[in-house]
Amino acid sequence: MMSNKPHLIVIGNGMAGCRAVEEILARDGDTFRISIFGAEPRVNYNRIMLSPLLAGEKSFEDIIINGHDWYQDNQIDLVSGDPVVAVDRANKTITAASGRVEHYDKLLIATGSDPFIIPVPGHKLPGVITFRDMDDVGAMLEAANRGGDAVVIGGGLLGLEAAHGLSLRGMKVTVIHLMPTLMERQLDEAAGWLLKSALESRGQTILTGADTAEIYGDGKVEGVRLKDGRDIPATIVVMAVGIRPNTKLAKETGLAVGRGIQVDDDMVTSDADILAVGECVEHDGNVYGLVAPLWDMCRSLAAGLVAEPNGYRGSVTSTKLKVAGLDVFSAGDFSGGEGCEDIVLRDATRGVYKRVIVKDDRLVGAVLYGDTADGNWYFDLLKKEEDVSSIRDALIFGQAFASGGGLSANPIEAVAGMADDAEVCGCNGVTKGQVMACIGGGATSLDAVRAGCKASASCGSCTGLVENILAFAMGDDYAGERENKPMCKCTSFTHEDVRKAIIDKELKVIPQVMQALSWSTPDGCSSCRPALNYYLLCAWPGEHEEDPQSRFVNERMHANIQKDGTYSVVPRMWGGVTTPNELRAIADAADKYNARMVKVTGGQRLDLFGIKKEDLPSIWADLNAAGMVSGHAYGKALRTVKTCVGSEWCRFGTQDSTGLGIKLEHMTWGSWMPHKFKIAVSGCPRNCAEATIKDFGVICVDSGYELLIGGNGGIHLRGTDLLCKVSTEQEAMDYCAAFIQLYREEARYLDRTAPWVERVGLDYVKQRIVEDATGREALRSRFLYAQSFLQIDPWAERAAGKEAHLHQHIAEIRPFAVVGGH
Amino acid sequence: MNAEWLDIGPVDQLPALGARTLPVQGGEEIAIFRTANGSVYALVNKCPHKHGPLSQGIVHDTTVTCPLHNWRISLITGEALGEDEGCVPVIPVKIDGGRILIGRAAALAGVM
Repeated sequence: MMSNKPHLIVIGNGMAGCRAVEEILARDGDTFRISIFGAEPRVNYNRIMLSPLLAGEKSFEDIIINGHDWYQDNQIDLVSGDPVVAVDRANKTITAASGRVEHYDKLLIATGSDPFIIPVPGHKLPGVITFRDMDDVGAMLEAANRGGDAVVIGGGLLGLEAAHGLSLRGMKVTVIHLMPTLMERQLDEAAGWLLKSALESRGQTILTGADTAEIYGDGKVEGVRLKDGRDIPATIVVMAVGIRPNTKLAKETGLAVGRGIQVDDDMVTSDADILAVGECVEHDGNVYGLVAPLWDMCRSLAAGLVAEPNGYRGSVTSTKLKVAGLDVFSAGDFSGGEGCEDIVLRDATRGVYKRVIVKDDRLVGAVLYGDTADGNWYFDLLKKEEDVSSIRDALIFGQAFASGGGLSANPIEAVAGMADDAEVCGCNGVTKGQVMACIGGGATSLDAVRAGCKASASCGSCTGLVENILAFAMGDDYAGERENKPMCKCTSFTHEDVRKAIIDKELKVIPQVMQALSWSTPDGCSSCRPALNYYLLCAWPGEHEEDPQSRFVNERMHANIQKDGTYSVVPRMWGGVTTPNELRAIADAADKYNARMVKVTGGQRLDLFGIKKEDLPSIWADLNAAGMVSGHAYGKALRTVKTCVGSEWCRFGTQDSTGLGIKLEHMTWGSWMPHKFKIAVSGCPRNCAEATIKDFGVICVDSGYELLIGGNGGIHLRGTDLLCKVSTEQEAMDYCAAFIQLYREEARYLDRTAPWVERVGLDYVKQRIVEDATGREALRSRFLYAQSFLQIDPWAERAAGKEAHLHQHIAEIRPFAVVGGH
Repeated sequence: MNAEWLDIGPVDQLPALGARTLPVQGGEEIAIFRTANGSVYALVNKCPHKHGPLSQGIVHDTTVTCPLHNWRISLITGEALGEDEGCVPVIPVKIDGGRILIGRAAALAGVM
C-alpha cells in the first residue's frame, strides 16, 4: 500500500478530469491519493487546441496542459491507454481493460462526450473519421498528405475547424451542412452568411441546406451523395455533426442517467461516493458542450469534496472563437422576439458585424463577427443583468466608447474597472481575481502567470489583457515583457512569431502577412509596415517586391531628410578612401545644387546638406558619372567601413587594414539590415579606426585578425565582444558575412547588434559562427545569395527615372499671380 | 472650369498609401494623400509639431505618421492623435470622374 490516504480514482484523463484534480489540489493537496485512468495513451492535453494542431499552427507539445512532471510532482498515478471498463459499486472497485483492479474511496467520472455519427449508409467505410482526439487528427493529417478531396459533414464549430485545417493542409474541401446557415446555434443569419462568404473566398465549398443520403465507395470512401442527387467525390469524410455525453460506463454501473450522468450541485451522482464532471453530466436538466461551464463545475466539485461547498448553479455560456482564423463571438439569446430591440453595426470594409439584443434595459444576447474585442464585456453585462439604459446609445461601439473614451486611452484603468469575477482567459476559465491572486502569490511576469493560473497559456488572445493586469497589480514594479512584446499595437504576435510565420506559411507580401496573422488594423502602422517589409525581403531575397510606402522616408528617398525638409546626400567612399576626381565631382555638385554645408562624417565620408527633393535624381546622376554610388547613409543597412591606413603607410601597422576594409565594404554594401550597421578595421591594437564601438570590428595583429562584435557608440556606449581570432583575410571576410546574416535573420527590426548580442548572449553567437563551421558556411552563402539581389545602386536607378513621382510635385500652378487674379 | 474646384490631375498619379505635393502661393505646399481604400485627403504639408513634410510620412488607415518625429496626424481632421496636440489645416479635395479636384480658393490663394 502506497499510503493510507483515501484513494480518489478519476476515470478520464481529459480536460475535465485533470482540471477537477487541479482544483482539488489547489484547495487541499493532502486529502487524497489520486489515480487517473485515461483511454488515450498520452498525457493531458487541451482538446480545444486540436484545431490549431490540425492547421499546423501548434505542435502536440504546445497543447499539453499537464506534462509527465505534473503527475509526478503531485504523486498522481497516471494509467494511460488503459480505459476503465467496469465499476463494482458494492466493493468499491474499478476494473480496467487490462484486467487491473483498483479499490476506490471516491470515484470521479469524467468521460466527456463522443462524436455523434449519423447512421447513413456507408458510415462505417474506412475513411470516415470524427474530430475528437489526437488519433483523429493523425488520421486527417495522413489523408491530407495524400491530397485530394475531403468532405466535412457538419457546419458547426468543429466541422469548420476541421475544414479549415484540411484546407490549409492542401485538400480541396467541401462542407455539407443541413441547416440554412453555418453555426446556427452560435450565430445569427447575417453573421453566418458573412462567415460562409469568407470561407468560400478561401477556396472552400460550402453547401448549406444539404442533407447527406449516403457515403459510397468500394472498400473505402469514394464520395458523398446528397438527397438532392448531388455527388461529391472525397477520399475522406469527416463527421462533425455533434457530440453526445459518454454515459456508457455510468449506465452499466447503474447510476441515474438522463441525457447525461445526473449530478447535484456538488457534482455528486446518485451514488454518494461517485462524482461526475464535464460534458458527460446533466445538471438541472442541462448538458454542456463548451469549455467554460466545465471550469465552473470543477470549482464546485472541488469545493464540495475538500472545502466549503459552493454549489454549482449552472452556466450561462458564451462562445468566443476563431473559426478558421475569423473572429466570432456569441452569447445569450439572439433569436429576437417580443420586446427585444436589436442594435446592429456593420462595417463592410473591415468585414465587421456586431449585433446586441436588449430587452427591458438588459443585454440578453450578442453576436460579433470580425471584431470580438468587446465580447467579454458584453458577456459580463449579460451575466450580471446590468441595466444598460444609460449607455444604450454607445453600447454597440464597445466598452471603450461606452465608458466615455477614457478607457481606451488608458488600458490600465480599464483593467482596474473590471470585476474580480470577470473572465480574462476563455480557454482556461481564469478570472481577473484569479490572475490577481496569482500575481499576489509571486508571479511577476507573463510566463509566471501562465504557469501559475494558466491565463493566456492556450490561444494567447488574452495576452494583452493579462499584461495590463500585471501592470495594474504591480505598478512601476512591473518590468514589462520585453522578451515577448508584440510587434506593435496592430498584432499580438511577437517579432519572432511573425518571422516564423512568414517562413512557415510562405507569406510573400505585406497584406498577406496581415491577413494570415489577423492584423487588427487595415494596413498596419508606421512601426509594423517597415518591419514587415524588412522581414519579407530577408526571408525571400530572390522574390521580394519592394513596397516603397512601407519604407521610412529616408529609405524611400535614398537620402536623409533634415529638419527643414531638405535632404543630405552621402556618396560611398570605399574604406574611407577617395580620389581628387571624386572630390572635384563632389565640389561641383555642392556648388551646382547649392549644398549649404559640406560636412566630414564620423564614418570617413562627405555629406552634402540642403539638397531639395526635386534635385536628388540629378545630383545622383552627376555623382554616378564620377563613379560614385549611394553610401546608404540613410538606411537600416551597411553604412560605412572605417579604416586606418594600416601596414601600407603606418609604421605600427600589422596588416593591410585599408585593403581589408575596402574588400569588406565591397562584399557588404547594399545589404538591408534590421538597423544600421557599421564596420571598422584597425591596423594595430592602437585601434585608430575605433573598431571596438562598431557592429563588426577587426583589429589586425601580427598573427592575424581579431574579430569583434556588438559595439555601439550611440546613446548606450558599448564596447565590442571578442568573437574570435582568425589568421587570414578570407576568414575575416567569411566570419563577417556569416555574422551579418545571423543578425539579419534573427534580430528584431530596429535592434542594433549591441542589444541583440546582449539578449541572445555572446555564447550563442560564438556557437553559431565560430563553433558550427557548417552553419557558418550556410549563413555566409545565404548572405552572398541575398547580396546578388541587393547590390544595385539605387541612385543610378532613380537617376534613370525610376519612381520619378517621388521627386516631383503632382501639379504646379503657374503663374500664381495671373490665375489667382481672375 | 469650375468655380469651386481645381483639377490637378488623374487620381492614379497618387500611389495608394502615399502622397504627392502641390506647391501653392507663398511657398507652402499642399500634401494630397491616398489611403488603401482609395479615399483622397489633403492637408497643408506641415506637421503642427516642427513643420515636417507630412507628404513623406507613412500613411496607414486614415492617418499619416510624420517622418521627423513620428507624430500621427488624422487625414480627416488634421488633428494630432494620441498624446500630442496640434492641428494642421485640412484642404477640401475630392475625386470626380477619376480626377483629383482641390478646393480652388485654398489652392490659388495660398494656404496660410
